[in-house]
Amino acid sequence: MTATLNETPAPEAHRIPGDVLLNRLTPEQIEAFGAEMDAIRRRVIAELGDEDATYIRKVVKTQRAFEVAGRALFYVPPAWPLAVAALSVSKILDNMEIGHNVMHGQYDWMGDPGLSSRMYEWDNVCPSEQWKYSHNYIHHTYTNIHGLDRDIGYGVLRMDEDQEWRPYYLGNPLYATLLMLGFEWGVAMHDLEVERIFAGEKTWADTRHLHAGLIRKIRDQALKDYLLFPALTGPLFPLTLAGNATANLVRNIWAFNIIFCGHFPAGVSTFSEEECEDESRGHWYYRQLLGSANITGSRLFHTMTGNLSHQIEHHLFPDIPARRYPEIAEDVREICERYGIAYTTGPLGRQLGSVARKICRLALPDRLTGRRGSRQPDPVVEPARAA
Amino acid sequence: MSLTDTILRSRAVAALTSPHGVDRYLEQVHPMWAAHEVRARIVDVHREVDVPGHPAVATITVQPTSTWRGHRAGQHVALGIEIDGARRTTRVFSVSSPESRPGDRITITLRANPAAPDGQGVSRHLVERAEPGTMVHLSQAEGDFVLPDRVPEHVLLISGGSGITPVMSMLRSLQRRTHRGRVTFVHYSRSPEHQIFAAELDDVRRSGHGIDVHLFHPELGDPALSAARLERLVPGYREVPTWACGPAPLVEAVRAGYDGSDALRVEYFQPPRTTVTGVGDVSFARSGLAAANSGAPLLEQAEALGLTPASGCRMGICLSCVSRKTEGTVRNVVTGEESSLPDEDIRICVSAPVGDCVVDL
Repeated sequence: MTATLNETPAPEAHRIPGDVLLNRLTPEQIEAFGAEMDAIRRRVIAELGDEDATYIRKVVKTQRAFEVAGRALFYVPPAWPLAVAALSVSKILDNMEIGHNVMHGQYDWMGDPGLSSRMYEWDNVCPSEQWKYSHNYIHHTYTNIHGLDRDIGYGVLRMDEDQEWRPYYLGNPLYATLLMLGFEWGVAMHDLEVERIFAGEKTWADTRHLHAGLIRKIRDQALKDYLLFPALTGPLFPLTLAGNATANLVRNIWAFNIIFCGHFPAGVSTFSEEECEDESRGHWYYRQLLGSANITGSRLFHTMTGNLSHQIEHHLFPDIPARRYPEIAEDVREICERYGIAYTTGPLGRQLGSVARKICRLALPDRLTGRRGSRQPDPVVEPARAA
Repeated sequence: MSLTDTILRSRAVAALTSPHGVDRYLEQVHPMWAAHEVRARIVDVHREVDVPGHPAVATITVQPTSTWRGHRAGQHVALGIEIDGARRTTRVFSVSSPESRPGDRITITLRANPAAPDGQGVSRHLVERAEPGTMVHLSQAEGDFVLPDRVPEHVLLISGGSGITPVMSMLRSLQRRTHRGRVTFVHYSRSPEHQIFAAELDDVRRSGHGIDVHLFHPELGDPALSAARLERLVPGYREVPTWACGPAPLVEAVRAGYDGSDALRVEYFQPPRTTVTGVGDVSFARSGLAAANSGAPLLEQAEALGLTPASGCRMGICLSCVSRKTEGTVRNVVTGEESSLPDEDIRICVSAPVGDCVVDL
């Protein structure tokens, strides 16, 4: 990965700390920091029990209730907006607070096959098996490392200065909008690495092992949302079909926005492969922290984001039940303050604005926007922000 | 099968409830509603043996959901229970009641395992604390230690301790089928106080009907099982179809006495094996490979043997390498936590065996 370097440094403060920060703590500090994170992990895992089980079961019950209510309300045409709202909530809860978190193994300790990372299948077109590979393994292990983490721009967008500008990226805002509207499809196609097929780096045949799973999942999802449930409402078929499609769309937009606030707002760092060679456990924790951002909000908001509003804590402890992240966040912030590590967080509106500006800015070549490549060391670092 | 069951198990309902499946919805309405899974409600807990200072034995009667397909005498079920309301722990127990039909009540007779850690002992919980009304999760009946459909003229049933449960199911089934041939029932228990099903066996012995019951109690001086002893009880026993179940020493003695005869079918409980850090053997059941435990995480030990299990991050976060440990204790090298549960899904990249360990790879 070569960065597009600009000869004249920009006058304003460096907004992407990246490697500058990764080298700032001494190896001893990094190790001590990692030990503190491990201690949090041990403490929370020892506490897991009844409350966590009750919580997730309650969320599942709520999700199933919204789903049944949504499907039923389509029989009452005036209640169409309510039906769409209920089904949207159902799909959001299923995909985020339940699906995403269960598939991280957060509830495997319960021994319940219905909440097992190996068994759970979520209500969208991406087969869980394929998602677990690209997300749990690739994204969570190599978070924000250029060339390894395909979640940087998902192979479609330019989300970082270190992705070399090409005229193709002029469409950045358009691609982002399309990805938002069809987010479940983007997630489903992620493993195919279509951009690498276009670039000639791999062939369509290399993705053959994914086809059967993808086709089956897409068929099952389309069958129920676009054929069976509409058909069951008889003459209301078109209304129900439109309602189901809208619910899927609402979920897509919501999930896209929350997830893009997790790694792309200003203040979040990306890394090079060289920086992360022979990484220690403490270094890994440190990278997860620098590479993620939180969103502030109410308890209901956190639940509706699947607690991905605590993306930092999620990346530090991806397999700890997400309902624990708010309490863990207090400790993590205190530790960050002691070590002087930036902890990026902000309200949804601000983080979204920051991401949107980045998407538009990076559509243009760096020389036009007056930014330079982030690989250049810069002693000035944005300090930790208050929530 | 009722019309409701037929509808609930139909492909149309499966398509409508995809990807979760109909049981994930039914269970939200009522815990005993199921179309595929088997759950059961405990209806009675009865102490069979209660000798002070010794682990108690109890018979648990459960009413399964209509999804229970029935069992053949001698089979076992996996029973899962949420002991503290959160963690479901599953253990395998033999069914002690006679062969059952779909939806029939069944009983499980078990001894509380005194070695089970607090909060993880399914048998201890069931024997000591389970109450009628409690929900449990069941598998369908499994196992091929069963009576054949055409029962031989003479049947020999040998058991020791709580190994009596599957052969008791056989004996009860034979009685219910009004078997006209001969049955010889041989059982070893420590003393008469430790005898499970004592009253029922006494009735059987007195009623005759071609069933010979021989109960032996080593604490009263009865000699251990041997070929000579079997020959005296059942002349020509090597030719008699025999089912034997019990602790390892008893089953080994029976095996030696049968000298490879295919009239013998056995089932036994594994003896506990060593659990000391860095010693013992690591075995990979599916590939049949084994080696001395090096103390390294199981993933590395598997790879050292030439296996290529699925793996990803190698640091315990991505779950790509999750495999089933069937026996032994492992230590999480990150957290230092140790875990000895059988049939447990573990992340082999961060789990190092402590002593003997068997992984399904």
